[in-house]
Amino acid sequence: MNAFSVTFRRDLAMMWSGGGALTPIGFFLGATLLVPLAMGPERSLLESAGPPLVWIAAALAVLATLERLFQADLEDGSLDQMLLSRAPLEWLVLAKACALWCAVGLPLALAAAPAAIALQAPVDRVAAIVLSLALGTAAFIGIGLVGAAITAGVKRGGVLIALIVLPFFAPPIIFGAAVASGEDVGAALAVLTGCALGAMALGPIAAAAALRLQAE
Amino acid sequence: MLSYLSNPLRFMRFSAWAAPLFAALAALLFAIGLPWALVYSPADYQMGETARIMYVHVPAAWWGMGAYAFMGVASFVSLVWRHALADVAARAAAPVGATFAAVCLITGSFWGAPTWGTWWEWDGRLTSMLVLFIIYLGYIALWSAIEDEEKAARMAAILCLVGLINLPIIKFSVDWWSTLHQPASIMRAEGSSIDPSMMGPLFTMAGAYLALFAALTLYGMRTAIFRRRVEAAELRAGA
Amino acid sequence: MSGARPFQDNPALRVDGLAVARGGRVLFSGLSFAAGAGDYVELRGANGSGKTSLIRALAGFLPPRAGTIVFERIEEPALALHYVGHSNGLKSNASVASHARYWAGLFGGVGDAEGALVRVGLSGARDRLARTLSQGQARRLALSRLVIAPRPIWLLDEPAAALDAQGRETLGALVAAHRADGGIVVAAVHEPLGPEPSLALKVGA
Repeated sequence: MNAFSVTFRRDLAMMWSGGGALTPIGFFLGATLLVPLAMGPERSLLESAGPPLVWIAAALAVLATLERLFQADLEDGSLDQMLLSRAPLEWLVLAKACALWCAVGLPLALAAAPAAIALQAPVDRVAAIVLSLALGTAAFIGIGLVGAAITAGVKRGGVLIALIVLPFFAPPIIFGAAVASGEDVGAALAVLTGCALGAMALGPIAAAAALRLQAE
Repeated sequence: MLSYLSNPLRFMRFSAWAAPLFAALAALLFAIGLPWALVYSPADYQMGETARIMYVHVPAAWWGMGAYAFMGVASFVSLVWRHALADVAARAAAPVGATFAAVCLITGSFWGAPTWGTWWEWDGRLTSMLVLFIIYLGYIALWSAIEDEEKAARMAAILCLVGLINLPIIKFSVDWWSTLHQPASIMRAEGSSIDPSMMGPLFTMAGAYLALFAALTLYGMRTAIFRRRVEAAELRAGA
Repeated sequence: MSGARPFQDNPALRVDGLAVARGGRVLFSGLSFAAGAGDYVELRGANGSGKTSLIRALAGFLPPRAGTIVFERIEEPALALHYVGHSNGLKSNASVASHARYWAGLFGGVGDAEGALVRVGLSGARDRLARTLSQGQARRLALSRLVIAPRPIWLLDEPAAALDAQGRETLGALVAAHRADGGIVVAAVHEPLGPEPSLALKVGA
């Protein structure tokens, strides 16, 4: 097996075995539960506010997974071994990002279906919400890689990562929430796909550059 | 010029007279620009006297972004040539840029109150500036969170460049978003062309802000270099 | 390992005028040495003298302040070396066998992962999770990387730390076999590792 697939499998296995992948999903569902409690269960209000709030909750859930993403590798010496791999570090970081998307991003998008229905989103829009979130979590993860890599040496850096990464979530949030709310769907979906692909392509490059400097 | 100044000793000699010179230039330009802009310039026929906030607001927006571009160049130099002075420059410019962005946001809010009848309008430009302000805060927080100063410099430089690449994307997104959600009439207030009689005071104020930026950044760099020298001396004394 | 001297190209390591700094402080400068096939270089020096930084500089993690590090007659620089440092590079929730499989994929080795576990004496612990291993066993697992994927240059930082007498013997056998294969071993140690070094270097001012 090559370096990409062993890294992917190992990260995926570790996220599932520790039950770590369930935490962001639980966080996501818990956060969406609070919405009607705060706004009141009025149907018309939830209908318009529901899809955007699902997006906010998903963004925060992804954020919660970033802190330990590279920090653990830096602390236990795994990063040094990744640097000695036959494959370039960028490639291994991409493998980790794909594993994170499979363990957290995709389940979040799927969990958004019941959450959106509970928030009174029109049933015919649920597919668009799931699709937009599948792309959106990929964009969040690609951007989040950079924040996770540059703060890997900071203890208890969770809030710092949030501060650094959140402004860069603006483009996917804007276009993703537009898709989820059914506004100008065609154009928004195209740009959202661009965000996801761009973040997944460029995020690993910037993150790997930061990780090389972290290993010094 | 840049390579000449990259020697810290030469930089200290240069900044010893350049920093006060820029400070004096800033004071002079503000002394000319402020009365010119706020008292002697013609009032806007649409917005009346409140349009004078523009002379404080618009240059703050320009140099709030300009400071970030400066930091981007410094970060690039720092990453490619590993030059300590570039790190110091980027770090010193950040609080100045953040302050300009904050001034832009606050005066924008003051301007919005009489113009739009609200203290905060989710206008495209103001929203982009708010995102930039938060990026500044993250950058400054990153510097203080990483103890090893060399490492902090590298990480901050990467963050700054990532931000520089992302800013146009964020700007585009926010503009798209604001046309989706805003009635077009709100855009008109800032979209109107500038009368030639406003150019004089506006550019004087822009010059004043630039001189202020240069002076504050140079003073900030000098402080950082002095602090490093003290730390190095303490390290030698302790060893 | 089959056949005599798998690293038959006579790999060599040449260090010239090396200076390494950490946190703005120069740890050492003007360090030069060379090592060829079958050599064992032992690095000694007090705590904080820069042994670890030297090893990390040789590994390519830490860019030197001055000087050059050259690997000669090594086909693929990406496959030139192994590094065993203070941190073993283990994941607490992964089993011994899964570590071996992961490394085999990561390093692109042609060596066999199972045989490597036998050689470091961990074949009986293959299904145990890394967090249940003792310090010495964790170090043995880290050392198994050296044989999972054959690479000509080994950089070892205190390799004997936490090892019992039997573990040291295993390590000594690994080093001897690697030298016989025509590999190079560079180790930073507190106490002599056992084998007679071809070169003993004192690091630090």
